[in-house]
Amino acid sequence: MLSYITSYLDKNVQMTPGQAGNLFWALVYILLVFGGVSLVVVCMNWLERKILAHMQIRLGPMRVGPHGLLQPIADALKLILKEDIIPAGADKVVFWIAPLIILLAVFSVYCVVPFGPTHAITDMNIGILFMLGVSSLGVLGIVMAGWASNSHYPLIGALRSSAQMVSYEVAMGLAVVSAVLMTSLNSTGTGTLSMIGIVQAQNAQRVWFIFKFFPLGLIAFVVFAIAMIAETNRAPFDLPEAESELTAGFHTEYSGLRWSLFMLGEYAAMVAVSSIAVALWLGGWMRPFPNFLHGAAWDLAFSLFPALTFFGIAGLTFYSTARMPKHAYFRLQTLGLGVFGAAFALIGLLLLLPPVFTRVQDIYWFVAKIAVFMYLFIWYRATFPRYRFDQLMKVGWKVLLPIGLGVLILTAIVGVRV
Amino acid sequence: MTVLPLALLLNIAPSEMQPVATPFFFYMLSGLMILGGIVVITRKNPVHSALALIVTLLGQAGLYLMLYAPFVAGVQIILYVGGIMVLFLFVIMLVNLERTAQERPFNKQWVVGITAAAALGVMFVVIYAKGRALFPEPVISLPEVENTQRIGTMLYGNYMFAFEIASLLLLVAIIGAVVMAKKRI
Repeated sequence: MLSYITSYLDKNVQMTPGQAGNLFWALVYILLVFGGVSLVVVCMNWLERKILAHMQIRLGPMRVGPHGLLQPIADALKLILKEDIIPAGADKVVFWIAPLIILLAVFSVYCVVPFGPTHAITDMNIGILFMLGVSSLGVLGIVMAGWASNSHYPLIGALRSSAQMVSYEVAMGLAVVSAVLMTSLNSTGTGTLSMIGIVQAQNAQRVWFIFKFFPLGLIAFVVFAIAMIAETNRAPFDLPEAESELTAGFHTEYSGLRWSLFMLGEYAAMVAVSSIAVALWLGGWMRPFPNFLHGAAWDLAFSLFPALTFFGIAGLTFYSTARMPKHAYFRLQTLGLGVFGAAFALIGLLLLLPPVFTRVQDIYWFVAKIAVFMYLFIWYRATFPRYRFDQLMKVGWKVLLPIGLGVLILTAIVGVRV
Repeated sequence: MTVLPLALLLNIAPSEMQPVATPFFFYMLSGLMILGGIVVITRKNPVHSALALIVTLLGQAGLYLMLYAPFVAGVQIILYVGGIMVLFLFVIMLVNLERTAQERPFNKQWVVGITAAAALGVMFVVIYAKGRALFPEPVISLPEVENTQRIGTMLYGNYMFAFEIASLLLLVAIIGAVVMAKKRI
């Protein structure tokens, strides 16, 4: 038993637990990824409200905990305690299953997300195909939710959302294919669909695919970046959530815990599509500028980034602690914020230990790149006005699809010439 | 080396690449598919039938995975889920759900049904009896890692012409749909 567990930790086993066939470590990885993604969703809940508020010169949540830090917990409690209404005449079974299918589809995708050369639950030969295929199962959940509600607004909303997601899947797929095509530019001439293989191809070619065949890689990346916002139903393509004009969408009749499952699925999908973009175009787990800033000194400097990030967050937290009102009423909140900052500083100190920071390097860079995308998602929401449905379809079919096709053909031509 | 009991049950040897074709998964997936198939034909509500069909097709994707064909499994998920989506929308938009709920789901075509079932049964018995003669090679062990690459070289090398003809056929279908759906082009 013990030797089974330690056999994976052997220096010679340089692969993911799924490939090594080690059930124990695969389970550990699954739990870690599941917990991590759930934690990110909770953090995003708070960050989105705060960042949106500050962009609109408001304060955002301030009441529950210092700077509203406990707001996500309060929200979760509210959603759990809320009455769970199932409309009369709804198809109960389908109404129950629909949010679960969306969650299942989104979380299955994380099986192949490469957090590092060996830090993934498993690596499949068909990695990116699996990601696109399984995430397209989510559309099914949306249509089921809309139909099972036995109400006209959700049904129309579900048809609208499914049309949106199916349309943008095409552009997304074309952009992905042009990146997969770039992986085949090696001595053997065979590309790969495996997520880890794609990142390793970027490593072998010494270039992130976003800069490959400039500007072809960049254009493909932009097509994907737009399509992925539409796929996850985020602003400016958030027609399913347009309460002000369209009575929301497929989840109009959902309430309480089940509605929160849809939200969990949406945020988890945001992380999932961002991780595809990071792995395919932004070099996955590789650190920035390995070509220009190489050498032992630069390696050391970049490996200190995880600790520095946490020290930065801790510093900001301490600054906020110092600025808390001095009234006795805020004493507990000030103390709490101080403890929060101390926890971050402690994690930063932990990341300064050499055995730790050499191991979390890959994971840190991958997560940091995803974090940039998550910030962009919020930024878009604060900046762009919502598209009308016909404009949305026009952008998908008449702009993104031809550009994606053109980039794919040009990439193939340039690739043959090289 | 001691082995986890669960790993023993699933025939998984530790720390080596092991085929996923274990009897447990085969029976589980087959059972799931048969169950899904029965639900497809017994439900009166066509939406439920479409959902059960998805379960069946996903089970089939699992079987493809066990046959060392991950690419076919992935494509199965993408294409058939997309196909079922269209079926789902057809059911919602075109089928009168209230009327189908009152109709009997089975036609009284006993003769045709029994003939078809008997033919299938005879085929099963023949294959079971003569299996070794018909399929001499028990398992062709293709390395899973090369599966996608091999399909690629086959499609774009050996069968290039047939592949392009098929794509032309699909193009005709797309143009036909546009011509029929749009009055003024």
